[in-house]
Amino acid sequence: MKENLLKYTLHLADNALILGHRLSEWCGHGPVLEQDIALTNIALDLVGQARNLYQYAAEISGDGKTEDDFPYLRKENEFRNVLLTEYPNEDFAYTIVRQFLYDSYNFYFYNELKNSSDKRLAAIAEKSLKEITYHLRFSSEWMIRLGDGTEVSHEKMQNALEDLYPFWGELVQAEDYETALLAFGVSVDLNKIKPGIEAKVKEIMEKATLKLPEISWFQSGGKKGHHTEQLGFILTDLQYLQRTYPGAEW
Amino acid sequence: MSKKNWPLWEIFIRSKQGLNHKHVGSLHAADAEMALENARDVYTRRQEGVSIWVVESEHITASNPEDADAFYEPANDKVYRHPTFYDLPDNVKHI
Repeated sequence: MKENLLKYTLHLADNALILGHRLSEWCGHGPVLEQDIALTNIALDLVGQARNLYQYAAEISGDGKTEDDFPYLRKENEFRNVLLTEYPNEDFAYTIVRQFLYDSYNFYFYNELKNSSDKRLAAIAEKSLKEITYHLRFSSEWMIRLGDGTEVSHEKMQNALEDLYPFWGELVQAEDYETALLAFGVSVDLNKIKPGIEAKVKEIMEKATLKLPEISWFQSGGKKGHHTEQLGFILTDLQYLQRTYPGAEW
Repeated sequence: MSKKNWPLWEIFIRSKQGLNHKHVGSLHAADAEMALENARDVYTRRQEGVSIWVVESEHITASNPEDADAFYEPANDKVYRHPTFYDLPDNVKHI
């Protein structure tokens, strides 16, 4: 139970941290100042959520670990974020499509997690949900605006969707630690939230005049710790200081 | 592709219930909805407000500084328009 709860909490924390880190890469590079700030705000929200979860993970593991040990001192194969979150920013179209696919899942996920029998996870979900509601509003707006925009913006969004959609399936595919926790009412039943997510995605795709690729096989592995090469590059940046000067504080 | 810039919007924020909306600055956005979201991100990150108004800048008609003499000077010597001759009780505030 404890081991599964730790894995589950880290899975949630890693999702938020890695996507937050990706968005933070936009800081100072946004297409216009207003969107630069918007993306950085979302990045900060996500890193904040990750911190709450890492603090809980440190308490669960109870062996003197702190919240910093998890992001800074674990190896790639110990991270349990979904592959979608580590996908590179590429351009604004990819960033928005990645964000929308994640937000639409995340919104229904946290809505359910707030009913978790684990009081701490439920409280974190309740707190995060307000931010996530805004994230979904932001990315949905941009999906529609660019998908149903000019010929060029439509094409860029459709291309991004073709490349990113294969990573969607992993979001709603339960890993063994999730299934194990389901019996205790701790984890979210992904089968239960899947129809809601699908309906939301469908609604926005229609408004954005975008077409979901027809594929029957999805990429997966991130929840188990099997990652794309991208995570290695992210961690090289993220962990540089702690790896080079172990225990450095400032 | 059009290189036209997004229009400019003036942003007004009400910092608390009961107070007025106050001009805080301006930003670029493609339409009103985006202007609201941008304003939320740019101007209310540190809990500055509870309500936002956005107005496209071109819809604001402003007085001309050159007209200042004609516009404002005549009020200078008409002190009787100011209610400065009344004694206000101490506990009346915000006047």
